[in-house]
Amino acid sequence: MVGIVSYGAYIPIYRLSREAIGSMWMKSLGKGEKAVANADEDSLTMGVEAVLDCLNGMDRTKVDALYFATDSPPYVEKQSASIIRAAADLREDMLTMDVAHSLRGGSTALKAAFDAVKAGSASTAMVVASDSRVPAPNSDLEASLGDGAAAFMIGDTDVAVNVLGSYHLSSEFIDVWKKPSDTYMQSWEDRFVRDEGYMKVVPQTVMGLFKKLEIDPKEVAKAAFYGPDARTHAAMGKAMGLNPDQIHAPLFDSVGNTGTAQAPMTLVSVLEQAKPGDKILFANYGDGADAFMLQATDNITKIRNKRGIKGHLASKMMLPNYGKYVEIRDLMEWEQGRRPSRRSSLPVIWRERQHLFPLYGQKCKTCNSIQYPKQRICMYCQTKDNFDLIRLSDKTGSVFTFSMDQRAMEVVLPKVFSVVNLDGGGRFYSVMTDRDTTKIEVGMKVEMTFRIQLEGSGLYNYFWRVRPIRC
Amino acid sequence: MESLKDKVAIVGMGCTPFGEFWDKDPVDLIVDAATEAYEDAGVTSKDIQAAWVGYTSQDTAMTGIILASALQLQFIPVTRVENACGTGAETFRGAALGLASKTYDVVLALGWEKMKDAGFGGIGQAYPGKWHPVYGAAPEVGGAVARYALAATKYFSRYGLSPEEGKRLLAQISVKSHYNGSRNPKAMLRNRITVEQVMNAPIIAWPLGLFDCCGVCDGASAAIMCRTEDAWHFRPNGDFITIKASAIACGPGWGKERMNYEYTTWEETEAAAKQAYAMAGITNPRKELSLAEVHDCFSVAEMIAVESMGICEKGHAKDDIDSGAWEQGGEIPINVSGGLKAFGHPAGASGGREVYEFYKQFQGKAEDSSRQLKDVKMGLAHNQGGHPGNFVCGITIIGEPPSRS
Repeated sequence: MVGIVSYGAYIPIYRLSREAIGSMWMKSLGKGEKAVANADEDSLTMGVEAVLDCLNGMDRTKVDALYFATDSPPYVEKQSASIIRAAADLREDMLTMDVAHSLRGGSTALKAAFDAVKAGSASTAMVVASDSRVPAPNSDLEASLGDGAAAFMIGDTDVAVNVLGSYHLSSEFIDVWKKPSDTYMQSWEDRFVRDEGYMKVVPQTVMGLFKKLEIDPKEVAKAAFYGPDARTHAAMGKAMGLNPDQIHAPLFDSVGNTGTAQAPMTLVSVLEQAKPGDKILFANYGDGADAFMLQATDNITKIRNKRGIKGHLASKMMLPNYGKYVEIRDLMEWEQGRRPSRRSSLPVIWRERQHLFPLYGQKCKTCNSIQYPKQRICMYCQTKDNFDLIRLSDKTGSVFTFSMDQRAMEVVLPKVFSVVNLDGGGRFYSVMTDRDTTKIEVGMKVEMTFRIQLEGSGLYNYFWRVRPIRC
Repeated sequence: MESLKDKVAIVGMGCTPFGEFWDKDPVDLIVDAATEAYEDAGVTSKDIQAAWVGYTSQDTAMTGIILASALQLQFIPVTRVENACGTGAETFRGAALGLASKTYDVVLALGWEKMKDAGFGGIGQAYPGKWHPVYGAAPEVGGAVARYALAATKYFSRYGLSPEEGKRLLAQISVKSHYNGSRNPKAMLRNRITVEQVMNAPIIAWPLGLFDCCGVCDGASAAIMCRTEDAWHFRPNGDFITIKASAIACGPGWGKERMNYEYTTWEETEAAAKQAYAMAGITNPRKELSLAEVHDCFSVAEMIAVESMGICEKGHAKDDIDSGAWEQGGEIPINVSGGLKAFGHPAGASGGREVYEFYKQFQGKAEDSSRQLKDVKMGLAHNQGGHPGNFVCGITIIGEPPSRS
């Protein structure tokens, strides 16, 4: 049977408290916090993180389709899935697809992946949903929108969660929208959206699923579904005939509403606790709704080696105030830099794609030394063109030395330069991100993370950085 | 392989004050330095048969034409050289080779830099070697400080200094430089500072603060050179100097990525010093050198350079710094001029400026008599461009001429 064989998730390390937002605008926004992507993160880099978490312990060479769902793609024209595929070092001979323009993208992609595996056009498919939607300052959405990602590996062997069936509904209902020229989302009056949208569309779809599969709502062990806020979410569950203890609340007060990724992240959170045999309702909203009935198998307990929601949730750093949030999410016009502008070169990046995206280094076949970046002649023994490729993106290492530049062209200062000796050999000269500058020291352990290294020549130039091991 | 030792002499030198000269352009700097050198040697531009001009900037000038056009040199060979902060040493090397080969008899070596027209402090895109769009943490402005700071962190860690102790050690170097510079009329920074001021200054790139960094600025230096046998014609009193050694060591540049690079030594400086000592016949630099002008773009640069040149044993800079061995009157005065730190650092002009310091000290003409050293015989001028693990180093050793044969 086709189903989920692995899951993964990602939550950025930074959190902003509602109190900090409220104190900025002198209003009460209640308790809780939201996850905020770092300045060098976007939906694509968070997608890579979730994919890598999902791949932990799995064979990445088996993946032959990748669907990337987001409403906040870095490029309007230019696929993100292909970059995620490259960064995750998945095979080239595969299908990649971006699914955008709807909050429902993640679940729709999941349906497409289930169908592809069922039809035999893919043996293993990867679905990743990620969002980093920037709400307008002082808007109703500001306190609620958070950033995050979730990923699922779909296959038909060693299945951990079977798909019993699904039901889909398409609707021309308009609630929230954003034109290409808009900086921020727009929405209609919240009462209309709630009463005619969430409260009707999702329950109607779930009822359709129950009826189609002849399942009584009481059989559901846990339900993971999209909702705009805690109160509406609870009301939606009630309208589906579910008791409060059957409803797994999304992470409204710890991560926020992560848009396309919200329902998938909630599902990951459910799967982290699911017992074999549990029936799980998964429903998602946006331009209609998708509903799935899932059932955990005995394998569910074998794939818990992920950071997932639980691990990432526990690993956090609070943004000290609203100003730091404005800074890392680029919400202001800034002083014009007087320094030379940055540039990129696509031919260079293309020539070195294997070394830049999946971070392949070289291992000299003469002296066995691992080295980066790419060389023609070994930097240790000077042998020419005698290397094996070796992937470095999954290596950990320790800081050999570091410095903290207060004047670099970097959003989050100081820019931490770090020289990292990789476990197993090789030295990686890099920038450290997601760090607490008071805790950096020679010898500390770090791991790799795919980030926006710089914006130059009008491009997002992605590359690997290091960060203190998160958990 | 033949040594250059004593084959070539410097018979005239000029050096502009170093500083932020909003009212001077490259032509002014070049003309002022060359004029002083011409007058000192008793030559005119018509006597110059070939010239080497060094500067690092890519946007204030190009080629050797800048020198010919500023000085109205009439259709003679002018070679532009560039080797980052080793540029000055490279002008001397080119000129010396031109003379030693007897291709020319009288030549000009001039280095200049106009850094304060750029609109920002520090140096421009500092990425010697291979430019890369994403690797190497970007072709970063300000990166030089951060890269030298990597060495400071490692030096502290390796030799068991807490960041506080390490910073205090480096602070003493800056205090010395400012004290020396305060008495040097042509120096850019002439204020004296205290260890506490250095310690409390804003951080530029941890662990280096504002007073650990030299000031980049505008300036030019020039030398008139000829073969040693002809030098007596220009200076019958014998108050000229000869080149004992001219060395350049260009690293392959992958130090920062090589597991066996420790960040506590400058490999290129070690290599250039080895070349230079062999050429000059020096076996004990600490004893044989009267002074050393060392590339101290950052305080840590001076400390590790002195160790790398074998003037101080590795890991023992603290003993020397605490005992005052590098101060004027100490065992081996380091940067008695004020160094890059206080005298200023117009990249292409610094190599010549360092030789100028020795030249004036040797002649007993150090500006401000309190700076005059006694018994000056041999000096070393050191510069390195790039960053730890990726340097090009130039060393020029100059000294008193051999007795007239």
